[in-house]
Amino acid sequence: MRRVGLTLVALVLLVALGAPWLAPNPPDRSFPQSLYAPPTAVHLFDGSLRAPFIYQQRLISRLERRFEDDESRRVALRWLSDGRLVTVPEEEGPLLLLGADALGRDIFSRLVYGARASLALALVATLAALVVGAVVGAVAGYAGGVVDDLLSRVTEFVLVLPAMYVALALRAALPLVLPPPAVFALLAVIFALLGWPIVARGVRAIIVSEREREYVAAGHALGAGPWRMLAYHLLPSTTGYLMVQATLLLPAFILAEATLSYVGLGFPDSVPTWGTMLQDAANVSLVGRAPWMLAPAAAIFLVVLGVNLAIQGRGRAPVQLEP
Amino acid sequence: MTAFVARRFLFAVALVFVVSSAALLLTRLAPADVTAELALLAPAEEIARTRARFDLDRRPLEQWGIWLGRAGRFDFGDSYLYNRPVRGLVLDAAANTAVLAVVALAAATAFGIPLGMLAGSRGGLAAAAIRSVSLVCLSLPPLLTSLLLVYVAATTRWFPVGGMTSVGALDARWSTWLADVAAHLPLPALALALPIAATFERLQAQSMTEALHQPFVAAAAARGVAPSDIVVRHAWRVSLRPICGVYGIAIGTLLSGSFVVEFVTAWPGLGRLMYEALRARDIYLVAGCAAMGGLVLAAGMMIGDLLLAAADPRVRERGA
Repeated sequence: MRRVGLTLVALVLLVALGAPWLAPNPPDRSFPQSLYAPPTAVHLFDGSLRAPFIYQQRLISRLERRFEDDESRRVALRWLSDGRLVTVPEEEGPLLLLGADALGRDIFSRLVYGARASLALALVATLAALVVGAVVGAVAGYAGGVVDDLLSRVTEFVLVLPAMYVALALRAALPLVLPPPAVFALLAVIFALLGWPIVARGVRAIIVSEREREYVAAGHALGAGPWRMLAYHLLPSTTGYLMVQATLLLPAFILAEATLSYVGLGFPDSVPTWGTMLQDAANVSLVGRAPWMLAPAAAIFLVVLGVNLAIQGRGRAPVQLEP
Repeated sequence: MTAFVARRFLFAVALVFVVSSAALLLTRLAPADVTAELALLAPAEEIARTRARFDLDRRPLEQWGIWLGRAGRFDFGDSYLYNRPVRGLVLDAAANTAVLAVVALAAATAFGIPLGMLAGSRGGLAAAAIRSVSLVCLSLPPLLTSLLLVYVAATTRWFPVGGMTSVGALDARWSTWLADVAAHLPLPALALALPIAATFERLQAQSMTEALHQPFVAAAAARGVAPSDIVVRHAWRVSLRPICGVYGIAIGTLLSGSFVVEFVTAWPGLGRLMYEALRARDIYLVAGCAAMGGLVLAAGMMIGDLLLAAADPRVRERGA
């Protein structure tokens, strides 16, 4: 089970890395004849077994969003050309593996590119939350006394707040329209601000118990200062805990980005992320007829499932409460 | 016990104070204010009047002071968006959110706890099936469950897809209205309940397994207590502690989750109201929503602590 989970997460990471190669179309290219087009089916049989091919989709009625396969001619898939894994010739396409969105953009390509933004943001935020949490927790646990009291109070206070609302309030307090890099930095900072307390609390508990061990006394006797003690001897004992926290924070942040972008407070629509793509799914009557709009939801599900499977064997129930 | 409740009460007051003040100042210091959209079409003097009505012509700290003074008398100012006092708006929205959250929590408990007891106390196919289903549900956060259920509702027409009432039911008799709300409720409540039910199930199964390995279970079995009695009467009580601990956290989760669910299913609750207020920079509505959210949070945590004390005599004795 653990291996399945890890494989799933690794697979999504690989897809994100190989996005330009895996995506059949540029993510922002719009096919005006394919608004809301259903997924292009890849066929293998045509009376007999053949190399994978598709039928070109023709728009029958723009109003009813009706499409029909042109079954008179097979279009063979082209492998490994133009620096892409699989494409079809320009005039016989487009190849829309997961259909097209409201602007006729290829959902599969956007999904693959969206994995980059969503995962990169989550990774950066996770890293930041871990660093801040580890430093605060270590200082609190090591120093003790007033410093510990103060830091622990702050930690507990932030921990109590419902994360989604704080993220919403912080994001809304800044200009609503920002360029994508600014949004990226801003969301990373907000997520890190929300994620560090849970890390800090655990690290503090570990440091408090480690501090009493003999090797610490020995280190002090040999003249190691507090910072050296923390950095070289005490913090390494928390790496296992930090790894587990990282696997919990990562899906939470992916989800937070998706939620914020979904409600229109995250990335602008021009940047493909799983959240901005889900915005299209907000239109109920549309989702009923074009369920492929929910593809990003499936992607998020796979990542969270992978993480949950991966931490299953760790003796703790996977508790995914936030947010 | 008294000291415990008193300390909790003080914490609640501090939480509401800090959260609402922070929300007020944050909104005030944010670029642009409620008049941003007005500025394009309204004459300057009307804008000045609007700014004066919401105390935006004063300095931020001064405005904060005025607001605090009024809030002490339970007057939370007016909303710009709705042109009504904030208090009524927030109370209505909080009631809607509370209905959603309570039903979701009840559903999560009703599904999660018994299934967890089952999965934790015996092996076999049923337990494996429960475990797999709850692992899937655990990986479906409220954003995904609500989108999925809206899709299911839109294709099957089993439920209304959104909102809390149909248009026709608003003026109808209260019984019609109630039936209408009850028809709209299952979708958002289920969306909110599913991940929490899965969490309860996993925790209950785990702590049940742990409880069943304790010596008193062997003793009970040796005395000839029936296996089902051991699970239900003896082990369950002991296994409840981690569950009660989670109820305190679940309040925060319910609040966070209900925002998404309210947004997707158009349920007129606190989360939606806060979102609208934040976007419009409707300063007193933001502060009012934050105060209400803080209150709900503090109350939820207090209930969670009391539950914990009820389930575990050790907590009661120490008064922790």
